Order: sequence, then structure tokens, then C-alpha cells
Amino acid sequence: MLADFFEYDFLRHTFFTGILIGIIAPLLGTFIVVRRLSLIADALSHVTLAGIAFGMLLEKRLGFVLLSPLYSGMAFSVLGSILIEKLRSVYKSYQEIAIPIILSGGVGLTVIFISLADGFNRDLMNYLFGSVSAVSQQDFYTIAGISILIIAVVALFYKELLTLSFDEEHATTSGIHAKRIHLLFIVLTALVIAASIQIVGVLLVSALMTLPVAASMRLAKGFKQMLFLSVVFGEIAVIIGLIGGYYLNIPPGGTIVMTAIMILLLSIGVKRFSFRYKKAGETNGYEGSN
Amino acid sequence: MSEPVVSMRQITHAYDQKKVLNNVNFEIPRGAFMGLVGPNGGGKTTLIRILLGLLKPNEGSIKLFNQPIHKFKQWNKIGFVSQKANTFNRGFPATAFEVVSMGLTAKIGYLRFFNKQHKTLVLQALDQVGMLDYAYENVGNLSGGQQQRIFIARSLVNDPELLILDEPTVGVDYENVQRFYDLLHQLNDKQITLLLVTHDTGTMTEHATDIVCLNQTLHFHGKPEEYTSLSKEDLSRFYGHPVNIVTHNH
Ligand SMILES: Nc1ncnc2c1ncn2[C@@H]1O[C@H](COP(=O)(O)OP(=O)(O)O)[C@@H](O)[C@H]1O
Ligand SMILES: [Mg+2]
Repeated sequence: MLADFFEYDFLRHTFFTGILIGIIAPLLGTFIVVRRLSLIADALSHVTLAGIAFGMLLEKRLGFVLLSPLYSGMAFSVLGSILIEKLRSVYKSYQEIAIPIILSGGVGLTVIFISLADGFNRDLMNYLFGSVSAVSQQDFYTIAGISILIIAVVALFYKELLTLSFDEEHATTSGIHAKRIHLLFIVLTALVIAASIQIVGVLLVSALMTLPVAASMRLAKGFKQMLFLSVVFGEIAVIIGLIGGYYLNIPPGGTIVMTAIMILLLSIGVKRFSFRYKKAGETNGYEGSN
Repeated sequence: MSEPVVSMRQITHAYDQKKVLNNVNFEIPRGAFMGLVGPNGGGKTTLIRILLGLLKPNEGSIKLFNQPIHKFKQWNKIGFVSQKANTFNRGFPATAFEVVSMGLTAKIGYLRFFNKQHKTLVLQALDQVGMLDYAYENVGNLSGGQQQRIFIARSLVNDPELLILDEPTVGVDYENVQRFYDLLHQLNDKQITLLLVTHDTGTMTEHATDIVCLNQTLHFHGKPEEYTSLSKEDLSRFYGHPVNIVTHNH
């Protein structure tokens, strides 16, 4: 079944890129979920789309490929993330208002760029729902570089990110630079989103960041375990989703997310089952130990 | 006598137009077990937040360990268990071990990793509060009193010289409150200065070495014996309404 993925270059690039985003999306997603920022991923993915549309507009108007739309998408996403942090500090008691502002701004810009370009010959649909053929060799190398960067930074700042996510006030009083770490974190998130978008698509990228986490949250003991399980679930969803999407001729965003939802449902089922099992055990006399 | 660990002078603070603290002078002597009491809304939490540098007062100066607060850098000398510790996100999947290890994050410093020695410190802190057996349980699954201990351990892991606890016994049942005070005495015996905020005045007077009563201004600063011998009229004046001090006999 995998044979095609190794025979054709474009599929191979897609496959390995998928493996990478299967790691980095749930990795950052874990922090996003526990900080209750899931919607920020959606806002940033729409800004990324504006960046992609901008790149394609330049390409069309200038008549040659200036740079891959991946780069302009990334630039927009990072700028959007910095803007979100700024807005969040301006609207201290209404921090979530930053999300609709950035999201609608992203959609607005996208529409403007599309109409300025009189439509695109390359299919923007690819970016909405993902595509198995969108990843070029150059994109793959870029995404590989970004993935290494992201994993390294998360490893280096793991304890600060965790401490800040769990209890911001305590982190601040103990002397951690909350603002700088937040900024670092959100810029990383922007990069992950831009990297994931070709495969899962704008509309579903936040799902890849949050669904595996939602599934592992119910099963894990502790944060590290949750992080690890999230990556495992994310990886399973990407691999099954990519192969399924290719053979069924469906954009992989759809198949990846549906696989992630299956995993989520299974995890809920497993939890229910083990809970009942435990209860049954207790009534069978395991309780009298104190 | 040694220098006080905290010294606050002429602190005045208002939220918007509402004055919460009015010219408060306040010191914590080294080694004290100080109880900060007063009615709800009396400004206790505000005073603590100012002490910790989380809030800048409209007026007044603060010295921590004999340094002006803006120059003070050794924050790990001060442990803080906030009132909000009771209301933390219970769904957060972190083990007791992980929560306590977060106490070390700032001390370890950027770009350095948690190692074996740190692990030993965390386990010791858990042991100190009697929660070693629960090290690998999710904190969300522990009882309120147990969570409180975990948060204290998160402070203790830094070996603080001053430990501040804001309403730590709210929602903890009587028996666990007793165990909790036993723990505080153990810590105080090890030369940790304590500042305990509570509105449970009765229990406080049995344990503290110093009592401070705050309701916008400082109404009392002295020994527990003096506090309990205050007349009902005095207390009513402090609180703005009649009060009885309930002392538990046991
Ligand atoms: N962030 C805030 N903004 C506005 N008012 C506040 C804020 N925090 C506390 N207050 C008000 O200040 C007063 C003192 O509160 P607080 O310091 O929490 O008292 P205590 O801890 O003694 O119960 C209360 O009336 C409270 O409503
Ligand atoms: Mg309070």
C-alpha cells in the first residue's frame, strides 16, 4: 500500500512532511490545549492563508516564482502571532477578542489578494483542505528545518513552557519572563501552522493540533505522558489519513481529521471501559485496604 | 534584633477609585509565624500581591530582605501559595511530581535541564509534606487538602526563607487543618518565616507568634495574647461589624 509513496518523489516528500507535522503539531498543540488557546490556531491558519494568497499574487503579477507561497504564508503567520500577543496585552481583560480580529483580518486580506489576482491558476482549494501533491522538495527541506528548530526550542524551554501554562502567576513571581516566553511560544505555533497547512489545509490545521491532545488527555498520567501520547496519536492520524486520502482520492485534511476523531472516540470508549472495570473490581472487595 | 525579612512603609493603594489600602506600615520579623487576619475584602490579598511585586502600589515603599523591591532579585527566597491555588485548572494533566518540579524552573534557569539532583529535591519536598506516595498521581484527582500540600511542596522545593500562604485552609476539613498547622510549625522550627493569611482568627491566635489585623488600614499589630484580650468593642471597630473570636478547645 505504501509502495506509491516511495515510488513517486512528490508523494515521498508529502509522506515525510506528514511524519514531521505529525510530531510538531500535537507537540505544540498540547500546550495550546492546556492554555485554552485552541482558537488561536484557527486565527493563525487564516492569516497564513492570506500570506499564501499574497505569495501567489506576487507570483502571478510578476510572472515568475519569487519564492514558495510557503514562505509568505509563514511570514504572515509569524506577524499575525506577534500581533495577537500585542492585542492580548492591550485588551487585558478581554484577551480572546484578539482571535476574531486576527481571524477576520486574515480572511479579509485573502479575499482582497484573490480578487487582485483575478483568481489563481494554482488551486487554492489545495490550501483549504490539504493536498497530497502540494509539497515540493524545497518545501520539504524547509519544513524539515523548521521541525528541527521547533523540537529543539520546545526541548530547551520545556520547563518554562510547562510552568507558565500551569500557573502563570506563580511562574511570574518566581522570576520567569512570562511575556518573552509567550511570544516565543506563539511564534513557534505560527511556524507549525504554516508548515502543516499544505498537507492538512487551513480549515483543519487546528484539528491536528488539538484532537490528538483531546484524546490523550483522557488517558495520560501527567503532562509528559500526555505529550508523548499526543504525538503518537497525531502520527497515526497523519499516516492513515495520508494513505487513505491518496487511495480514496480525497484531500488528506479530511481523512487525517476523521482518523483523529476516530482515535478520540476510541480513547473515550477505553476510558469508560477501564473506569467501569475498576469500579467492578472495587465492589468485588478491593476496597477494604484502609 | 535581626533585620525584618519584609518591611512595607506607608502603602496606599486604590483600584480605580476604590481605596483598598490606606497608609499601611508592616514588618515581618525573621523567624516569625505571622498571622494576617481581617474581614473579606479588607485588602489582605492586595497587600500580598504588592509585597510580591505583582502589583505596584499607588504610594509606599517595600523592602525585601533589606533590599528595595525593584532591586530585589532572589525571588526563590520567597515561597508563595496563592489563594487561587484552590481554583487551579483541575483538568490540567500534571502529576504531583511535575507540579512540585515547576517550583524549581526559575532556579534551574534558562537553557538548563532538570537533572537527578533536582529530582531528589522534588521527592524530598513531597516527603516533607507527607505526599510522597502520591508523587505520580494527577493533581486534579487529589483532595483539596492534598492539593494544598502539593502547592506548599512546590514552594518548599526552593528552600525558601519566607513562605506566604493566602487563605490556605479554605475548603479543607477540620482534621486536615490541624495536620496543616502541624506542618507549618515544623517549617517554622526550621527557621522558615511564615506569613499566613486567613479570616479564621480563632485558630490563628493559637498558632501564630505575631498577629496583624488589616481592614484598609492596619488595626492591630502585636502578640496573639494581646489580640485575644482585646475587647469586643475594639474588634467590632476593626471589622466594622460585631465579631466573636471562636477558639477551638482541644
Ligand atoms: N483586580 C481588582 N480590581 C478591582 N478591585 C479589586 C481587585 N482585586 C480586589 N479588588 C477589591 O479590593 C478589595 C480588597 O480585596 P482583597 O485584597 O482581595 O481582600 P481580601 O484578600 O482581604 O479578601 C475588595 O473590595 C475587592 O473587591
Ligand atoms: Mg484574599
